Amino acid sequence: MKFILKKFFDLIPTLLGISLICFFLIRLIPGDPVLNLVGERGLDPVKYLEMKKTLGLDLPILEQFWIFLKKVIQGNLGTSIVSNNSVWSEFIERFPATLELGLIALIFSTIIGIPLGIYAALKRNSFFDYFLMSASLIGYSMPIFWWGLILILIFSVKLGLTPVSGRIDLLYEVPTFSGLYLIDTLQKSVLNAEGLKPFFSAVSHLVLPAIALGTIPLAVIARMTRSSMLEVLGEDYIRTAKAKGMSKKRIVYIHALRNALIPIITTLALLFGSIITGAILTETIFAWPGIGKWIVQSISSRDYPVIQGGVLIISFIIIFTNITVDLIYYILNPKMRN
Amino acid sequence: MSNHLLSVQDLNIFFKSDKNLTPIHAVRDLSFSIDQGEMLGVVGESGSGKSITNLAIMGLLPETAIVSAKEFVFNKNALLELKDTTWQKIRGGEISMIFQDPMSALNPFLSVEFQMIETIKAHKGLSKKEARELSLDLLDQVGIASPKERLSSFPFELSGGMAQRVMIAMAISSDPKLLIADEPTTALDVTIQKQILTLLKSLQNKKNMSIILVTHDLGVIGEFSEKVQVMYAGEVVEAGKTEEIINAPQHPYTSALLNSRPGAVIRKAKTILPSISGIVPSFNQRPQGCQFHPRCNFTQSDCINQKISLLNGCRCIHPLTNGVNL
Repeated sequence: MKFILKKFFDLIPTLLGISLICFFLIRLIPGDPVLNLVGERGLDPVKYLEMKKTLGLDLPILEQFWIFLKKVIQGNLGTSIVSNNSVWSEFIERFPATLELGLIALIFSTIIGIPLGIYAALKRNSFFDYFLMSASLIGYSMPIFWWGLILILIFSVKLGLTPVSGRIDLLYEVPTFSGLYLIDTLQKSVLNAEGLKPFFSAVSHLVLPAIALGTIPLAVIARMTRSSMLEVLGEDYIRTAKAKGMSKKRIVYIHALRNALIPIITTLALLFGSIITGAILTETIFAWPGIGKWIVQSISSRDYPVIQGGVLIISFIIIFTNITVDLIYYILNPKMRN
Repeated sequence: MSNHLLSVQDLNIFFKSDKNLTPIHAVRDLSFSIDQGEMLGVVGESGSGKSITNLAIMGLLPETAIVSAKEFVFNKNALLELKDTTWQKIRGGEISMIFQDPMSALNPFLSVEFQMIETIKAHKGLSKKEARELSLDLLDQVGIASPKERLSSFPFELSGGMAQRVMIAMAISSDPKLLIADEPTTALDVTIQKQILTLLKSLQNKKNMSIILVTHDLGVIGEFSEKVQVMYAGEVVEAGKTEEIINAPQHPYTSALLNSRPGAVIRKAKTILPSISGIVPSFNQRPQGCQFHPRCNFTQSDCINQKISLLNGCRCIHPLTNGVNL
């Protein structure tokens, strides 16, 4: 418990730092939200000042920051300059799409990456090992926007197997339950009306973006698993397990994998951060209505409250994932419990 | 076929290195045997091939190793022809092994209970409950106080001595015929050393088990083992009854080893502790002729060129008598 509390106290300075950075960083970008809103031509200077005042942008910048901080502590992330909706409601509306994409990408990369890494470690220096390591290097260095376009070209345009963009065919009406289409399309009302078709439509829309987004994590996980496994397999206690007459399977899965997984889980947490950043590119390419696309749009329209608030929430989620991972680490490693 | 428990004749172990290089000859023409209930002491510096021989007996050499032998038989099993499944029964079942550093030899992420029970279940076919009871009994036998608490401990919660006791308990859980103790006390405090060795000795007598005790320390062997073999650069240089060898070493290397023991000096006078100059030649720089000649105080011209065979338990053409070269 003490451990968890301490982790949460560590959160406060981190979040403060993040809000400081995202507040000032966007104001460094040239451009003016008001001009963006009303257009540069034919703007009445009086009206311009008036709008600035209503948005609170006429105040000294430190005062603006102070107001922002006060509101955040009260749980108010502000209102979008463009849409007049609260930042929080805009976020909540879009987040499930990103969560769905990110989770599927992460699951895809873990489920494939860990077994590949284990196999490469067991077949060290074999052709498969070399092949996998070079392939993962290529995967790791693949720019997402380029890789996403290649995937669309091959699978959507040439082969016509998958849709080009969006989350689901426009034909289907899916009532929101969790916001994750893979779950929502399995609701009774949908199943009764359309059967499994909406579900498969959601799946087919998800495949390409998930692959595009999951490729880098996949490469990282495979490499990480391999090196972590190799390290553990060289440990004295593995020799002991062999000397005790344990079967190969048992040695790999019970004695080695569990220990090798610990650094991999830490990596997964770090990857979650890169998945969110990757989502910004992926969502832009695949017109995926998630927070990535939302942030990009608000940056181009200089929607300060959305950028500040959005970045703050995303940071919070990433930090929170890291804490969760620390907890898992704590459960897996008996040494930490004392 | 012989009646020994383990019989090794002309064991040779090579390691493949790069494709272009000739394989490294790590162990040469090693022959020895051990009977049921017997203890064999093996002494030698690092790099003399002791551990490699042990791993060969356990079938745990890396894939780059090439092993050949005229005879390599344990309890009527030809060790070089065993299948994986038979190996799994022999390892930990009939031959057990304990290692130098008990703290790293136990899996840090699994409790003592888990590690003991899995061993017992694998070899004795007991239920989990029975295995647990046997574990408690074994921990008690190896002299661990409050076995119940220790059973639920993780290795990092144990001291080095306790961890080694756990290793021993695990090793004897299947009533093995042979226990290989590869420098079991090197990583432990001096005070614990004697306790562990006494424990091994008493278990040997109680269970009529054979033990191969590998160590750096000839003194330890003198106290615990009837038979000894001294290894140098992958060969046995001297072998026989411990008492005779310690009192009247024939091979200059054995004699030098005996002289380098701290205890040997204190008794004589306040002199500097003698040491053997140089190091064991590495695998690919082994000299011709007697392997020890570059470091030997008594080298003569005929030591350098001819291959020297083991004669009357000593691999030397100018053996010592009463510490003097004739």
